[in-house]
Amino acid sequence: MRLLDAEGHRVEDPRWALDLSAEEERSLYRDMVLVRRFDAEATTLQRQGELGLWASLLGQEAAQIGAGRALDLRDFVFSSYREHGIAWCRGVDPVGMLGFWRGTAHGCWDPYHAGMANYQVVVGGHALHGVGYALGMQRDGADGAVLVCFGDGATSQGDVNEAFTFASVYGAPVVFYCQNNQWAISEPLERQTRVPLYRRALGFGFPGIQVDGNDVLACLAVARGALEHARSGAGPVLIEAVTYRMAPHTTSDDATRYRSADEAEEWAAKDPVARMRAYLERTGRADAGFFKEVDEEAETLALRVRGGCRAMPDPPPTAIFDHVYAGPHTLLDAQREEFTAFQAQFEDAP
Amino acid sequence: MAATTLAQALNLGLRKALEGDRKVLVMGEDVGRLGGVFRITDGLHKDFGEDRVVDTPLAESGIVGTAVGLAFRGYRPVCEIQFDGFAYPAFDQIVSQLAKIRTRTRGRVTMPVVVRIPYGGGIGAVEHHSESPEAYFAHTAGLRVVSPASPADAYWMIQQSVACDDPVIFLEPKRRYWDREEFEPGAGAPLALHAARVARPGRDVTLVGYGPTVRVCLDAAAAAAQEGHSAEVIDLRSLSPLDTDTVARSVARTGRLVVVHEAPGFLGPGAELAASIGERCFYSLQAPTLRVTGYDTPYPPSRLENAYLPDLERVLDAVHHSLAY
Ligand SMILES: Cc1ncc(C[n+]2csc(CCOP(=O)(O)OP(=O)(O)O)c2C)c(N)n1
Ligand SMILES: [Mg+2]
Repeated sequence: MRLLDAEGHRVEDPRWALDLSAEEERSLYRDMVLVRRFDAEATTLQRQGELGLWASLLGQEAAQIGAGRALDLRDFVFSSYREHGIAWCRGVDPVGMLGFWRGTAHGCWDPYHAGMANYQVVVGGHALHGVGYALGMQRDGADGAVLVCFGDGATSQGDVNEAFTFASVYGAPVVFYCQNNQWAISEPLERQTRVPLYRRALGFGFPGIQVDGNDVLACLAVARGALEHARSGAGPVLIEAVTYRMAPHTTSDDATRYRSADEAEEWAAKDPVARMRAYLERTGRADAGFFKEVDEEAETLALRVRGGCRAMPDPPPTAIFDHVYAGPHTLLDAQREEFTAFQAQFEDAP
Repeated sequence: MAATTLAQALNLGLRKALEGDRKVLVMGEDVGRLGGVFRITDGLHKDFGEDRVVDTPLAESGIVGTAVGLAFRGYRPVCEIQFDGFAYPAFDQIVSQLAKIRTRTRGRVTMPVVVRIPYGGGIGAVEHHSESPEAYFAHTAGLRVVSPASPADAYWMIQQSVACDDPVIFLEPKRRYWDREEFEPGAGAPLALHAARVARPGRDVTLVGYGPTVRVCLDAAAAAAQEGHSAEVIDLRSLSPLDTDTVARSVARTGRLVVVHEAPGFLGPGAELAASIGERCFYSLQAPTLRVTGYDTPYPPSRLENAYLPDLERVLDAVHHSLAY
């Protein structure tokens, strides 16, 4: 399913009517450019030693902004480590996202405030959490839905398949959003599946749909439709957004060891940001001034991110002992005291 | 003789194991073309083919569970778990199946499976990449648990583990992957897989470490020597079975024991050693056994890991306390 072809021509699909104002369309483009710029800055910060690691979303901007913008305040998100674009749409400050990658905190935003749980690093570990949250919503008679984001590799995990089962038998208001970026580190999609991933849903008893993940309009339309479906009580949906991880898996990875430059080039021609820009230009929905403004905004954002990251303080060492338990714990409390006394020795030293 | 890293030594050892027995398989996430995220299996896919060096789907329970089935069928799988924190999705297959099949089948079915796990902290990683899960495995009957601290040991111990007819949890100290040592692969005879080793002889106090903390103990012993104290360092090499004989022999002379590990202290290997050495060396002990370990908290974000990990200062402090008794 797509609403924009690779050259940015609008394609109509009667099942997925999407009626957006030019302003809304421009803002989708703006979000994509900003998260791409943020992402590039984070990669640079990692290279400069300011971050320990970074998992780039490059190439997945449309998939993430499309789905992210389909959400509203009623909804909740459980995501992997790569969904910076979704976090952006949930209003998470990008500087705040970096704490995790810098190593100052395991979770760096308030899930209840953002309507989104913190990054999940254990592949597939959060899929059942999303279903459980949705079951809670169902019990509460809430009218939101849960978006659970994961990759193609994650679909092999037992937990993800259990999540499909639980969501299905309880008719939980969940949208499973799989960004199939073709790779799980060095393993191509064929290592995880013999059928297109969206077809997995059928066997679990709920609808699955495949969408062009480099088409932000299509991703938005499909995610909106699926969320409506889930919110209405009709049960879960699986969306497979077909996209491409244009960067290495993370800054620690060397993708040249396992994939060809040809493949990367082929996908570069389907660049999601360029596609939306071509559409906006062709239809006259945006002018040169707009693009210039967005580019300037992106640079301002990058500057703010760079400064904010560099200024981010290390937590005090005693933070190791914080938030392990809700109440007192004799062993831990004694250890904290011992630790503090031991550290103080060094502070007193000349 | 060339200086070899611990990572290269493992690679050489795995190569030997694959050459030596066509039933040996290497399997895991990204172990094929990529050669593993730490390149431990580098080149093996090319040389032994994709039937013997297998990129698996992304599912740890699947990796260990199918390894159990392959072993049932007479194969000797060597599974790679990409990082310590991802051993847990396979935990059920490891502790409820892999560990128990020999007993369940009254010895009729053998489980010569090796589960390789890069473990421990100190590399500035994100959550779930710095865990020390050894106590869980050592607590499980049916599993053997070992951890090499040097390239030569890595080379031999991986081969011994593959040759072993029991499941072996093979813990690789990832922050030591790049440590170098001169040794001649294939020359000399290896120490028994489960024997501890005196890494530095001494008289006044016994320092016990394994995996990543052996280096910490050696550094502390060197620093203690500057202060005029002679510390003996023992590299345990194996946690199950635990070579308490070697430790007891040392403590019978020194009268003092300090155990150092990254894993949390509570119910950790240090607690086990304190108890068993207390039982065996009660009349030789001049001080209670002291433990220098990770705290009983989740592994902290990387900016705090230096405060969490047992380091030279903390070990030296324990040495002073032990000697002051
Ligand atoms: C349970 C678990 N096993 C292994 C890993 C190591 N690992 C991190 S990301 C990754 C690949 C994930 O691929 P996919 O689900 O397609 O997501 P992508 O990274 O492509 O977004 C692996 C194997 C992990 N984080 N968690
Ligand atoms: Mg992927």
